Amino acid sequence: MFSFASDLIFDYTLRTVAMGSAVLGMVSGVLGCFAVLRRQSLLGDAISHAALPGIVLAFILTGSKSPMVLILGAAVAGWLGTLKIISIVRMTRIKYDSAMAIVLSVFFGLGLVLLTYVQKTPQAAQAGLDTFLFGQAAAILERDVIVMSIVGAFGVGLVLLFWNRFKILSFDPEFGKSLGLPIPLLEVLLTSLLVIAIVLGLQTVGVVLMSAMVVAPAASARQWTDRLGMMIFLSAVFGAIAGIGGAVISSSAQRLPTGPTIVICISLIFVVSLLLAPNRGLIWSWLRFRRDRKQLHLDAVLCDLYSLAMHHDNRHHAHSIAVLRTMRSDRGGGGVLKSLEELEKFGWVTHISADNWALSASGIDQAMKVAASIGKQPE
Amino acid sequence: MSTLQFEIQLLAAVVAAACALPGVFLVLRKTALMSDAISHSILLGIVLAFFVTGDLSSPWLVLAAAATGILTVVLAESINRTGLVREDASIGLVFPALFSLGVILISRYAGDVHLDTDAVLLGELAFAPFDRYELFGVDLGPRSLAVMSGILILNLGFIIAFYKELKIATFDPGLAAALGFSPLIINYALMSVVSVTAVGAFDAVGSILVVALMVTPAATAYLLTDRLSVMIWLSVGFGVTAAISGYWMAHWLDASIAGSMAVMCGVIFGLVFLIAPQQGLITIARRRLRQRTEFAEAMLTIHLSHHEGRPEEKEESALATLYVHMHWDESFTSRIARRAEENQLVVTEENQLILTDKGRRLAEATMAL
Repeated sequence: MFSFASDLIFDYTLRTVAMGSAVLGMVSGVLGCFAVLRRQSLLGDAISHAALPGIVLAFILTGSKSPMVLILGAAVAGWLGTLKIISIVRMTRIKYDSAMAIVLSVFFGLGLVLLTYVQKTPQAAQAGLDTFLFGQAAAILERDVIVMSIVGAFGVGLVLLFWNRFKILSFDPEFGKSLGLPIPLLEVLLTSLLVIAIVLGLQTVGVVLMSAMVVAPAASARQWTDRLGMMIFLSAVFGAIAGIGGAVISSSAQRLPTGPTIVICISLIFVVSLLLAPNRGLIWSWLRFRRDRKQLHLDAVLCDLYSLAMHHDNRHHAHSIAVLRTMRSDRGGGGVLKSLEELEKFGWVTHISADNWALSASGIDQAMKVAASIGKQPE
Repeated sequence: MSTLQFEIQLLAAVVAAACALPGVFLVLRKTALMSDAISHSILLGIVLAFFVTGDLSSPWLVLAAAATGILTVVLAESINRTGLVREDASIGLVFPALFSLGVILISRYAGDVHLDTDAVLLGELAFAPFDRYELFGVDLGPRSLAVMSGILILNLGFIIAFYKELKIATFDPGLAAALGFSPLIINYALMSVVSVTAVGAFDAVGSILVVALMVTPAATAYLLTDRLSVMIWLSVGFGVTAAISGYWMAHWLDASIAGSMAVMCGVIFGLVFLIAPQQGLITIARRRLRQRTEFAEAMLTIHLSHHEGRPEEKEESALATLYVHMHWDESFTSRIARRAEENQLVVTEENQLILTDKGRRLAEATMAL
């Protein structure tokens, strides 16, 4: 662990890669929140695939492989792809999912055609374009990290600037319209920011896995909180942790590609969030479910005993456990003894003889309370 | 055209047809992106089965890949069923994770074998014919052609055998459940077919372009027809057309065949999107224009009938100043006035528009709406 930490500080390559991945995780974490909340999780996948022809075209047109040029090309193509999706959905009866699949695959096919076309032309510098498929984190330079940070900070800054509007857009666009907000314009702006986040990551994680960086941090953060601000903050933190974790782990072993390792890290964070997050987490809701079930069963046995006692002048008349079991036959009569013992601990029932149980005075009060709380008198 | 070229085109056409068949149901059931998810995550199954068998052409690879396809669907649905994550996000969470595992396994343990990730993603149709399928020393053609033909027949058989069930489960899942066949089982059966097809197609066209061949022809057909059977045939037709034209485009540009096929799918979609008789852009634009003119004509008749026989009539119905009263621009106003006269809604007397009986009736009918 210590050696990782010292590598992170002193090893130039690792430090650069980790910083780049962390920036990427933060930016895509922030913007991914809006995509997930607006049910556009898979848009990230479509945009990242659609960016490929833009990268290759930018290279063909400029002959340059500098990240800024390629990122610009990617952004333009990703943005065009998004507009195509929107126009297909608006103008035809084709649904959102099909429109995304069409744009994703056709744009990617076009990128592939351009890529293979370029590779056969005698321009020497074309090698390395296909690293955009899976990303090549190791090739990140310090100045790339600086570019990513500046662009990312610009994106996050715009989110802060338009905070309230984006919030309304995500949760209640109809309300936004009634306030006179330019909702379509805001939509385009937010989607353009998502495009920026995605193209930033293409170099590190690649076209194919970028969608995970959009969805997973946001979906994980969503489990821990119901507040947008907190969700975005957590999502950025999770994205950064996954970025740094993936970079460190992949540097610690031979032949462990960084992009997929980052994706595995963020997927693990998601699984942990899904299980452990307080309130929403699966383990918590399972415990709550058990507790509620036990309480219900206690109440049911108590009420059963009460309704039996109503038939007698003596409210404290003892009844056999066999009768109580028959009354709980919907659950096979199981657990009645356990519930009675539990009730005895509260002092609500008394164990009269081997098989017979009776209500105590406080038990009668409690049974009436329970009956009143469910709005029904026991027969 | 050489035998080699013929075989590549035949293979491309068979792959396209095999993909287009299940694609129709993906588009109609709004699960088009499941094809993307499945075609990515099958990589993990292929890699695992390869490690066990050590043989890239083992039929176990197909089975394992199909199983991972199903696993993707099951995982995505169980995450979705917790109610904590929406459907789109759960798909987006599952397949990158499985795909990443596959990529990591390949780069760690299979470095030197012919199983690199580029090939899986991109495919290379041009090399397919060199892997021949021989039985008792007789050459039976390319191996992948044999595999894909088998899958095509399987898909066709599946759709023919369960046509009625698929149709009801697609358009009315509630009715399907009431009639006693589980929409869930149909869904999983369809997803198995998609998985098997994706496995068969991936080494020819790669996993991303499988999506193009499954979804685009079906969506194109969806723009043209309301009948399921017609949609199926149309989408097979579009798929095959895209495959063959894509081959020649690649030939001409000396570029990736699979990529060109996807581009041709897109081109065909774009053309149909423009000119489709009911849903096309041109039709829609013309319909909008017509509706706009008809609406304007009706408004004109209402305006005239409103002022008919009143003192201001002369002022309000003067052809020269009409545009002021209607709040329209001048040329649009004179065009509408001319059309209204042609349609015998009005007549012109001394530069005044006078309603005809027909025009009066139109005004009344419009206001009664």
